[in-house]
Amino acid sequence: MNTNLTIADKTFTSRLFTGTGKFSSSQLMKEALLASESELITVALKRVDVQNEEDDILSHLNHSRINLLPNTSGVRTAKEAVFAAELSREALETNWVKLEIHPDPRYLLPDPIETLKAAEELVKKGFVVMPYIHADPVLCKRLEEVGTQCVMPLGAPIGSNKGLKTLEFLEIIIEQSNVPVVVDAGIGAPSHAAYAMELGADAVLVNTAIAVSQNPVAMALAFKMAVEAGRMAYEAKLAPVRKQAEASSPLTSFLN
Amino acid sequence: MLVNNIKNKSQEPKAKSFKDIFNQYNWDETLQSIFNKTSVDVESALSKDKLDLEDFKALISPAAKPFLEQMAQRSRMLTKKRFGNTIQMYAPMYLSNECQNICTYCGFSFTNKIPRRTLTDDEILKEVTFLKAKGYDHILLVTGEANKTVGVDYIKNAIQFIRSQFSNITIEVQPLDQDEYELLIESGLYAVLVYQETYHQQEYKKHHPKGKKSNFEYRLETPDRLGKAGIHKIGLGALFGLEDWRADSFFTALHLKYLQKTYWKTKYSISFPRLRPHLGGLEPKVEMTDADLVQLICAFRMLDEDVELSMSTRESEVFRNNIVNLGATSISAESKTNPGGYSVEPQSLEQFEISDERSTEEIVQMLKGQGLEVVWKDWEQFG
Repeated sequence: MNTNLTIADKTFTSRLFTGTGKFSSSQLMKEALLASESELITVALKRVDVQNEEDDILSHLNHSRINLLPNTSGVRTAKEAVFAAELSREALETNWVKLEIHPDPRYLLPDPIETLKAAEELVKKGFVVMPYIHADPVLCKRLEEVGTQCVMPLGAPIGSNKGLKTLEFLEIIIEQSNVPVVVDAGIGAPSHAAYAMELGADAVLVNTAIAVSQNPVAMALAFKMAVEAGRMAYEAKLAPVRKQAEASSPLTSFLN
Repeated sequence: MLVNNIKNKSQEPKAKSFKDIFNQYNWDETLQSIFNKTSVDVESALSKDKLDLEDFKALISPAAKPFLEQMAQRSRMLTKKRFGNTIQMYAPMYLSNECQNICTYCGFSFTNKIPRRTLTDDEILKEVTFLKAKGYDHILLVTGEANKTVGVDYIKNAIQFIRSQFSNITIEVQPLDQDEYELLIESGLYAVLVYQETYHQQEYKKHHPKGKKSNFEYRLETPDRLGKAGIHKIGLGALFGLEDWRADSFFTALHLKYLQKTYWKTKYSISFPRLRPHLGGLEPKVEMTDADLVQLICAFRMLDEDVELSMSTRESEVFRNNIVNLGATSISAESKTNPGGYSVEPQSLEQFEISDERSTEEIVQMLKGQGLEVVWKDWEQFG
């Protein structure tokens, strides 16, 4: 069996994190997310009515295995993000927050400057901060230094399903990080997720690829299996890739 | 030569507003260039991931008609990828039909002898109660242009008055100055819809002979003022029927692309109003068929995966049942286009007749039946 993942005070058996957007109904969302066996599920604060216990999305996520991860999608500045996080801590009774600051509404690319500012302030206020960022190794170290509990670099733009376009930088981030690395955004197929896990990512977050597939429940299961397989391969240590064939008559044999 | 070109480019002043870009174009040449597009141009556009405005011209040209099904498939796929299996619901709320403008196509035009009404706070509350009971959380406030009675102060008061009731407030009112928009944004305003009606300058003058609206350029530069004020979303569009829909759509797309580059933190939406019957009605000069409108919606989606496409109750049941699967991302239902139309004074005269008269519940069932999740709330003002 794979090792568990610990972030802050929580231990996760599943390394597949998921989201709640784009499903064709809340019922289908619930079925898919349960099939994924995901234990950390992100929900956009702007989409839910946190004051309403019967909110359609929130009421479908009421399950013992599910930990809610509120996200700040929609905010454009550090100030707005901090406000949103505080509102969600009070209403949803969790100090976990997925920090998303993307002032660009088209590609939803994260603003590194505002994100670092907000992360620093939120950590001081006692939040478990999971920042969504570009695959920028230096920014990841800076975030680690201000005390975020993990980093969430993107594989490709949100919802693009293009896979690990930032591969070279993800490898550096994984190599250098002292906090868990969660590859977020762009993962469009179970093979992408498995690949990220084989590289040594600690977890992945997948939403669009599950929600928009023809059969979200089956796709959720496929991602669960891919993430488990990828992690298992990583822990078992992949056999090295040989750059050249081993010569049958070694060039240095004369030294013997 | 190359050095010169580079030098010229770096010295080229950045456009101060969309007017600088717009003035480089000529209506007739633009229209001709759209009609000159061939099936080769259309196939080339269909083969690309990132389309430019020349591709857009090809897709709205007559040459693209045989490719309509392909365009629809592509548009549906792109919309699902970006927006998922969801449709945003909103409701318009007319606050006033007082208007100092003469617009040849509008039921509230200054010279139309109709009873004028501007809702009081109590009346607004009645309308709000009606819409909240239906489930609406995104609202569009609409007025005519009458600065003494429905000026900035009135609009600001209305926004502040209903702010606690709705997550998302949009206005469709007269164009304002930048500082006025800043004031309204501070009061809780999220988005502004401001349609150019037509980008044909001479025809625009004919349709807007009197009132502040007769100033074509002030209206044309309104999205610039909104962008500078830091608005979250701007809605663009042309009123189809006044002039050739293809050229007007090209200029709408040109406007969109300029704004996206300049005010990159702002979201954009496009609407596609076609002339509807109203008192003293104007016959469309240029007809736009259902197939034309589908072609245009698909072309906009292919040009831009992210732009919101809005569909009002101006369109028929059958059209709306199908367009929600082809590219549209937000729709209204059961709309009233008269002030107080929901509960205060349902019999008063409408700005235009709606076409799809189904209730909100019926629309919700229709959407669910098509596997679409109805989104009521998708915004929260933080801070």
